[in-house]
Amino acid sequence: MIPATFDYRRADSVADALALLHEYGDEAKLLAGGHSLLPLMKLRLATPQMLVDVGRLGQLSYVRQEGDEVAIGALTRHRDLEVSEVARHSVPVLAHVAGQVGDPQVRHRGTIGGSIAHGDPASDLPAVVLALGGTLVVDGPGGRREIPSTEFFTGFLETAVRPDEMLVEIRVASTAGGWSFQKFNRRAQDWAIVGAVAVAAADGATRVSLVHMGATPLRAAATESALAGGATPAEAAAVAAEGLEPPSDANASREYRRHLAEVLVRRALEDVSLGHG
Amino acid sequence: MPGSLLGNSVRRVEDPRFLTGQGSYVGNLHFDGLAVAAFVRSPFAHARIDGIDVGEARKAPGVVAVYTAEDLELAPFHGFMVLNPACGRPPLATGKVRFVGDVVAMVVAETEAAAVDAAELVVVDYDPLEPAVDTEAAVADGAPLQFEELGTNVVMGMADPPGPDLFAGATTVVRAKLENQRVAVVPMEGDAVLAVPGDDRYDLTVYVSTQMPHGVARTVADTLGLDVGRLRVVAPDVGGGFGAKAGVGAEHLAVIAAARRLGRPVRWVQTRSENMVGMPHGRGQVQWVEMGFDADGRITGMHCRVLADAGAYAGFGGILAVGPTRMMAQGVYAIPAIRYDVAVAVTNTTPMGAFRGAGRPEAAEMLERMMDIAADEMGTDPVELRRRNLLPAFTEPYTTVMGTTYDTGDYARPLDEAIRLAGIEELRAEQASRRTRGDRWQLGIGVSVYVEITGGAGTGEFGAVEVHRDGSATIRVGTSAHGQGHATAFSMIVADTLGIPMERIRFVQSDTAAVPRGGGTGGSRSLQTGGSAVLRAAEQVLEKARALTAAELEASPEDIVVQDGGLGVAGVPSRVVSWGELAAIAEDRGVPNVGGGGKDAGGKNAGGKDAGGEGAGGGPLAAELDFDQGGATYPFGAHVSVVEVDMETGQVRPVRHIAVDDCGRILNPLLVTGQQHGGIAQGMAQALWEEMCYDADGNPITASLAEYAMPSAAEVPFYETANTETPTFRNPLGAKGIGESGTIGSTPAVHNAVVDALSHLGVRHVAMPCTPERVWRAMVAARQGGPEAAAGGRLLWSDPPAAFDRLPVTGQAPAAADVDI
Repeated sequence: MIPATFDYRRADSVADALALLHEYGDEAKLLAGGHSLLPLMKLRLATPQMLVDVGRLGQLSYVRQEGDEVAIGALTRHRDLEVSEVARHSVPVLAHVAGQVGDPQVRHRGTIGGSIAHGDPASDLPAVVLALGGTLVVDGPGGRREIPSTEFFTGFLETAVRPDEMLVEIRVASTAGGWSFQKFNRRAQDWAIVGAVAVAAADGATRVSLVHMGATPLRAAATESALAGGATPAEAAAVAAEGLEPPSDANASREYRRHLAEVLVRRALEDVSLGHG
Repeated sequence: MPGSLLGNSVRRVEDPRFLTGQGSYVGNLHFDGLAVAAFVRSPFAHARIDGIDVGEARKAPGVVAVYTAEDLELAPFHGFMVLNPACGRPPLATGKVRFVGDVVAMVVAETEAAAVDAAELVVVDYDPLEPAVDTEAAVADGAPLQFEELGTNVVMGMADPPGPDLFAGATTVVRAKLENQRVAVVPMEGDAVLAVPGDDRYDLTVYVSTQMPHGVARTVADTLGLDVGRLRVVAPDVGGGFGAKAGVGAEHLAVIAAARRLGRPVRWVQTRSENMVGMPHGRGQVQWVEMGFDADGRITGMHCRVLADAGAYAGFGGILAVGPTRMMAQGVYAIPAIRYDVAVAVTNTTPMGAFRGAGRPEAAEMLERMMDIAADEMGTDPVELRRRNLLPAFTEPYTTVMGTTYDTGDYARPLDEAIRLAGIEELRAEQASRRTRGDRWQLGIGVSVYVEITGGAGTGEFGAVEVHRDGSATIRVGTSAHGQGHATAFSMIVADTLGIPMERIRFVQSDTAAVPRGGGTGGSRSLQTGGSAVLRAAEQVLEKARALTAAELEASPEDIVVQDGGLGVAGVPSRVVSWGELAAIAEDRGVPNVGGGGKDAGGKNAGGKDAGGEGAGGGPLAAELDFDQGGATYPFGAHVSVVEVDMETGQVRPVRHIAVDDCGRILNPLLVTGQQHGGIAQGMAQALWEEMCYDADGNPITASLAEYAMPSAAEVPFYETANTETPTFRNPLGAKGIGESGTIGSTPAVHNAVVDALSHLGVRHVAMPCTPERVWRAMVAARQGGPEAAAGGRLLWSDPPAAFDRLPVTGQAPAAADVDI
């Protein structure tokens, strides 16, 4: 369990990190909490030449209310988000889900930015940001730019962040309505076999996203349109997997994942319609 | 003197060290000049090796040596028991690789990082061959052969002659194909070995994470042609064994050979990735079982056809189907006749070995599933059906139709107790109301009754006790604890016998330089064999001490008793000779003859260091001997498990587990409960979570703990453990083993509970592990109806492979099947 040889630089600022990314290009990887990258490196499935450690950029660890939005620094650890008063008050679904990621060790090291930038379809937080209609703020040579969450996840473990850019902030709208997170797994610390997030948005719509139901974290488009058309939770849930091609693996076949998506989305929608959250 | 310590929950003396991080494992040891080994492993399940290029690896920085089979010239070996002499494993693969993870080459380097980097530079030219992955496929006609020269993948087998009609008088015959899936052992510490060549006393010292250091010494000496007397084997702290650290592995031999060649210490500590494919797996049986019942629900007979997976190189785990599973095929029931046919096959998978229970869980699971399937078929209450067929209590040896002689048993007793503790009437009422309401979470209640073998073959064990001039004592014993708590249990025995406080007793084990011989720890043998040896040795020391005290106090030895701080005359507390004084007297003047030194029933005096004897001069106040209980003991018990099943997703939530295990007389209830807890967790894990899976090409697809669903504390319920105590006559402690009971009783109880939760839908079986998807599919199949509704989408019964028709009809297990693991 020893990674291949790599070089290591610790960034002292975002500018410093960006300069290093610029200098090393494709060979560089950002290291935050390390809970996605380091296991891959230890198995030698990832062999970056240069690790740019942004883990100590304390200025990117925050949860702030900014008008109707909550801004979360990319290096905020799951545990800090879970117990953040701002998050609990304004986006309780995000605080709740941060408390469901992995196990306590993971939650004390892993960061929201790392989780989202990794783009793993099996991760919980990307799905929540999608359901919240969030925005991802990246910084790079051309300055800061904002990417809507619906355009952020572009492929399996691929995002819209360019190699010389860095995710610095996550912005989500405060929610006042119901929400629900349904995580289905065999063991508490596992990634979800399937997960479903439903959030009653301020505009009256209910947004639904799914964990581990495709190559990327994704919105349950068919369910959302059914809801917009006045479908009941059960009716809307019945189409949750429509158009989706979830993976088959040792834990679950594609067919079973589709079934789970329907069950979990129905439970989530029932929760939301009962005003839970 | 206070009352006896024995039977009390004495806290483990081992724990402070471990809890404060003071444990010392193979990976913590340091020697000057230490080099580190890494292995190049096969990515193919079955392939010819057309060439190995180690040129680049040899040139890599920090590399000391790179070895292939050609370089080391190590003969094929058998790591523990010999299943088939023709299937020995070359420590480094020769000609072919036979499973993913097979060892092809070894790199020795100055650091682990250098070794791992260089291992990636070894280029192996493989010519892939078709693998035989599934056991049934391996015994089918035309299957790719692992050992072409054998002409078959069936490497051991036997059939019973057809006897009288097993089902004469039967009004019901139930038939089922049951799969006892392959599981990984996953001890917290994987394999680890450190070989140190030559000091003044030994040619070689091997530090190894093992359950059986003396066994390692024998196998290493035999395999490498060394003088066992010049070889020292030490097991430092061992982070769990569970059967998988019995015997010697390919990597052990390669590391030892490298250390000898290089003349410097070499270490290898298995990574978890290596552990999942390199350490022997357990279980892996497919059972075709037919069982007849008469109109009263009494069993008329049973026919078992058992196909066991031996993995690559005929891993010894395959023998377990021929040994303990067969021996225990009658279980706790009165079964008038059993026909047991067994075939063991090699497959292109990790070699099979022992895992907690080792052959007995497979027998118990088989019988207990069949009893539930039969109860369902006959519309009988499963507990009632069991009661009708239980063997009556016995205190004299009872020999089953399998020829297995049980020592003592009273199977109804733990069953009654488990039923009472569970409150089964209330549970059934709760189940009924949930069914009526159509609740999302339905309730399932499962029962199992089991009997198993402990302390079987090779029942002798070495034990020694010595008292020192400072009044302290030392125990030396041939068992090799690796978490069980022997230092606590055995110190309790000596403290109880001699009155020396536990904190003044030193415990020595697991070093062939300090302990002359030993069977190690496996098969739940240690307390009954090693503990009894220690007890007998302590009793001999006491006899000697009484003689010394009598002489010292000019009293009769019969009047000398253990007092606070030493020995004295009964009723005269002021005249006590301390243990320190007694040790000094013995060393200075010798011990008077106390009549042969305790050659008592079952205890052979080994002489050796046994001081004393008239005119022997000074010597330590000590005794050492071998205790042989002459036969196995048969612990038993009953478990009740309660699960909830989500009718929408198939998720199973274990909510209660009641275990009543009878391990004879209990020395320390705390240790017994601990063994029950760990055992239940691992048995429950087999029923619900764990399975080692391969794809069609033989690639392991559950080769990390992310995929291999070993549960954590968050998944299991609080256990409700209890005991009945039915002593054995085989040893002076009255003790039977407890190490594996929890595993054996829990799997079928949990499994039965899952099927019970679904039984109202028409489901009669779900394959293990009962994953959410499997349970969901069972519910879907039940809704669709038809014959495949019975077993989660497949038929409950299908005909066994034709390979069973070609087995030698011997009616007897080969001698190799006599195991203690």
